[in-house]
Amino acid sequence: MSLTTTNIGTVNGLTGQRQSVSRRLQHLLHTNPWVSPLVILVLSIAIFTIINPAFAQPRAISLLIQQTAVIAALGVGQTLVILTAGIDLSVGAVSILATMLSAVLAQDAGLPGWVAIIVGVLTGTLGGLFNGFLVSKLKLPPFIGTLGTLSIFTAISLLLSGGRSIQATELPAEMSAGGERVPIGPFDLNIGVLVVIAIYIVVGYALSQTGWGRHVYAVGDDAEAARLSGIRVNRVLLSVYAVAGLIYGIAAWVLIGRAGAATPNGIVDANLASITAVVIGGTSLFGGRGGIIGTVLGALIIQSFTIGLSLAGVDDQFRVLAVGFLVIFAVAADQWIRKVRA
Amino acid sequence: MSACAGDTAAPGADDEVKVTLILKDLVNPFFVALQKGAEAQAEKDGVNLTIASGKKDGDEEGQIQAIENAVLKGEDGILVLPAGPAVNSAITKAREAGLVVIALDTPPDPIDTTDQTFATDNFEAGKLIGEWAASATAGTDVVIALLDQFDDRIIQTDLNRDQGFLTGMGIDTADLGQNGDEAQTGTFSGGNYTIACQEATTGAEDGGREAMENCLTANSDINLVYTINEPSAAGAYKALQAAGLEKDVKIVSIDGSCEGVANVASGIISATSQQYPVNMATLGVETIASVVRGGDYPPVSDGLDFYNTGTALVTDATQDGVDSITSEEATEICW
Amino acid sequence: MTTTTTATPVLAARELRKNFGRVVGLDGVSLDLYAGEVLAIIGDNGAGKSTLIKCLTGALVPDSGTLAIDGEIVSFKRPQDAQERGIETVYQTLAMAPALDIASNMFLGRELRQRGIAGSVFRRLDKKEMRRRSYEAVQKLGIQTIQNITQSVETLSGGQRQAVAVARAAEFGSKVVVLDEPTAALGVKESGLVLDAIKSLKDRGLPVILISHNMPHVWEVADRIHIQRLGGSAGVITPQSHNMTDGVAIMTGAAKL
Repeated sequence: MSLTTTNIGTVNGLTGQRQSVSRRLQHLLHTNPWVSPLVILVLSIAIFTIINPAFAQPRAISLLIQQTAVIAALGVGQTLVILTAGIDLSVGAVSILATMLSAVLAQDAGLPGWVAIIVGVLTGTLGGLFNGFLVSKLKLPPFIGTLGTLSIFTAISLLLSGGRSIQATELPAEMSAGGERVPIGPFDLNIGVLVVIAIYIVVGYALSQTGWGRHVYAVGDDAEAARLSGIRVNRVLLSVYAVAGLIYGIAAWVLIGRAGAATPNGIVDANLASITAVVIGGTSLFGGRGGIIGTVLGALIIQSFTIGLSLAGVDDQFRVLAVGFLVIFAVAADQWIRKVRA
Repeated sequence: MSACAGDTAAPGADDEVKVTLILKDLVNPFFVALQKGAEAQAEKDGVNLTIASGKKDGDEEGQIQAIENAVLKGEDGILVLPAGPAVNSAITKAREAGLVVIALDTPPDPIDTTDQTFATDNFEAGKLIGEWAASATAGTDVVIALLDQFDDRIIQTDLNRDQGFLTGMGIDTADLGQNGDEAQTGTFSGGNYTIACQEATTGAEDGGREAMENCLTANSDINLVYTINEPSAAGAYKALQAAGLEKDVKIVSIDGSCEGVANVASGIISATSQQYPVNMATLGVETIASVVRGGDYPPVSDGLDFYNTGTALVTDATQDGVDSITSEEATEICW
Repeated sequence: MTTTTTATPVLAARELRKNFGRVVGLDGVSLDLYAGEVLAIIGDNGAGKSTLIKCLTGALVPDSGTLAIDGEIVSFKRPQDAQERGIETVYQTLAMAPALDIASNMFLGRELRQRGIAGSVFRRLDKKEMRRRSYEAVQKLGIQTIQNITQSVETLSGGQRQAVAVARAAEFGSKVVVLDEPTAALGVKESGLVLDAIKSLKDRGLPVILISHNMPHVWEVADRIHIQRLGGSAGVITPQSHNMTDGVAIMTGAAKL
C-alpha cells in the first residue's frame, strides 16, 4: 500500500466532491497558520514601497529588522506560553528585571561583563520558573498568576535600580555587544539580531522536531488528553514557562545593546506588543495551534507599519489606529480559520 | 524621493524643510498644545511637519525608533522632547547623518546632545512659587506636602521644579540632584517647616488625588501643598474638599494652562508658574527652518545652557517682592 | 451456560472493593478475562462499571482485593503502570488532541526518536517511522476510509476518531484492550466501523473488555457478558445463554441469574 502524504484538498470520507476555493484556502491556512501573516507582510511591504520606494531599500529593511529584534525575541517566549493555552503578562517585567539586575551588579559590584550577562539570563529563567510553579503546582490561571508576578518583578526591579538608567558607557563592553554592527551583504544587522535568529532556530527545532514540542502543542490543545496519554502535564508547563523566562533573559541583553543603556523604559507595553505579534502571527489564544514563525512575521508586520507610515509622513495617531484594526482583522481571520471541521 | 539622509545641498529659502516632531505621548495637554503650536508655525515657515511620539511618558524605545525612522525618511531636522538618556545615542547618530536636532521642553543630559534646546527654566518656575509661598506663609509654621511626578525615576522637570520650590522657600535642599533628601523639619525663610509627606502623582489628576489622600492620612495638619503640575493640583484639591480642609490649605503648581489659570481665578490653586509651550514650539520650528536654510541659532539664555522660553508667576494674591501677573492677564496668554 | 476454560485468565480480579466515603463503589467484585475473547460489562447507571474499569486500568486504586495478569499478582498506582503491563484503555473522551494529526496522536506520550546521535543527543523525532506504523495500525483494523495519516484528528468523523483510538490501543496493547462506551456517540454506520474493529482485535488474539449500554452491540460482539449491579456482580452470561431482554432484567434486578 502506498503512503499518501499531505493531501490538502481531500474531502473527508466521501469521494467525488470538490471543495470550494474558499474551503481549500481555509484548510491551507488551517494547516499552515503562518501563511496568512506572510501574505499580509508582503502586501504591507509592497504597499508602503509604492508610497515611498525608500522602504524596499536595504537601509530600511535593516532598520526594520533591528527595531523588531527585541519584541521578536520576547514573542518566542510568549508564543510558547500561549501554545499551552496560557498567557504571560510578566514578559516585560522579567526582561527588565534581568536587564537592571545585571547592569546594577556590573556597575555597583563590579561583576565582569560575561558574568553579569549570565546572571541576567539566570534571573529571567528563575522568573519564568516561578511563573511556571504558580501555574502548574498552585494551579493559578496564567492570566492571574502572571499579572501578580508582573507587579512583583517590577517592584523588585525598582528596589534594585531606583528607576535609574545606566548608560552603556558605564558598563562592561560585553553587555552592550548586542548593538555591534554586523554587515551582511547590503544589510546592516547587529549581533543582537543574530542572537535572536539563533533563538528562533533552536526553539523552532525543538517545537517541530522533538517530543517536547509535540507535548507543548498537546497540552495546549487538550490537557486532559495529554495527561491520559501519559504526558506529565505539570512538567511540560513548568518547562515552557522556564524556557520563556530564559529567552526573556537573553532578550534583556539584546535590549541593552539596542538602547545603548540598561533602562526600565527600554520596552514599554511589552505585553501588548508581544501578544499582538503572536496573535497577528496566527497562533491561537486557545492553545495548541500556531508557532513562532507566525510571531516573527507578526512583529515584522507591526514594525513595518511604523516605518512605512513614518516614511509616508503620516502622524503617529494614525499608526496607532492602523495597528488596532490590524489586530482585529488578524483575530477575525483566526476565528474563520478555526471553523474548519469535517 | 531620495532615501539618502544628510543631503549635502541645503534647501534654499523657498524650499520645503522636512521636520519630525517627537513628543513623549499623544495625550498630555501640554504636549498637545506644543504640537498645535508647532503645526501653526510650520505652515507659516514652509515646513513639512510629521508628528511622532513614544507610547507613553518615559517610552525611550519608541522615541529611538521615531528618530531612526526620521533619519531613514531623509528629514532635514528633528524636534524632540527627550524621554530619557537612552535616546541620546540615537540623537547623536541623527546629527552625524546631517540632521538638525533641537530639544524642546526637556533639556537632554548632557546638554550638548542636541544642537539647541528650548525649554522652560523649571528650576526658576519652582523657585517663583516657592518664594510666593514663603512670603504668603511668613510668620506661621508650615506643614508641607510635596506631590512630585515620579518616585521611581529621575526626570529633570520633576527634579528641578521640586528643588526650585524648596529653594524659593529658603529650605536647604541638601543635594540639588536628588528629590526627597531634605531634612524633615527645619526653618524656611518665614518660620518653621515640616515636610509631612512626599508622594508621586504621575502628573495626573487621579494620581494627585490619591497622593493627597495618602498625605492627609499621614498628617491632617498640612497647610501647604506643592504639586508638579495643574492636573495633579486639581486632584489634590478634590481630596482636600472631601476632607473638608480646602479652605485651610494653599496649593501651588506649575503649568499655566487655561484650566489651571481658571483654577487660580476660582481659588483652587493659590499660585502657579506659567510656561509657554506654544512659544517653545514656535521658536523650535522657526529655528530649525532657519538653520536648515543656512541661518544661525539664537544664543542660549544668560546663566543657562539652553534657551529659556520664559515663565511667569500667576496669582491673584500678590506678595511684596515677588513679581507676578494676575489670572486675568494670564488667561490671555494661556494654552 | 458460560464457556469455561482451564487456561489461566489473561486478567483476573478477585474481591475488588472500593468505597468513596460512605458510598459503596465496588462490593467485592471478581472477574476473569481469557485470551481471545470479548468480555462485555453491562449495568445500570451507578452500578459500578466505571469504578470497576478504573480499578482494572490503574486510574483508581482499590481498597482491597487482588489483580493478576497471566497469574502474576500486580498492583497499579497510576494509569501508566497498567500501560506498562500491556493494558491499553480507550476512554470515553478518546484522549486525543484534536489539532494534532493522526500519527502524532497515535504516538502521543510515546514518541519515537531517530536512531543514532540525531535521536539521543538532538532528540529528533522519527516522524517517517511514526507515520508508517500509524498507517499500518489503521489499515490492520480495516479502516479503509482513512487515507491520509497527516490529517488532523478534528477533521475526522466521530466513528473514524473512535476507530483511530481503538487502533492506537491495539498497537500498544499487548495484553488487554479496554473500551469504555465506544459506540455511545455514534450513528449506525460508524458504530459498524467500530464493531468491526473490535472483531478484528479479537481475531488477532487480543482480549477486549467492552463497557457499553447498547445491548444490540453487546450481543453482536461479546463472548461473555459480566453484569454489574449495585456495586456487585450479578453474574456472567453469554449471548447464547440469555437474550437481551433477560440480560436487561438481570441488570435491573427484575430477574436473578
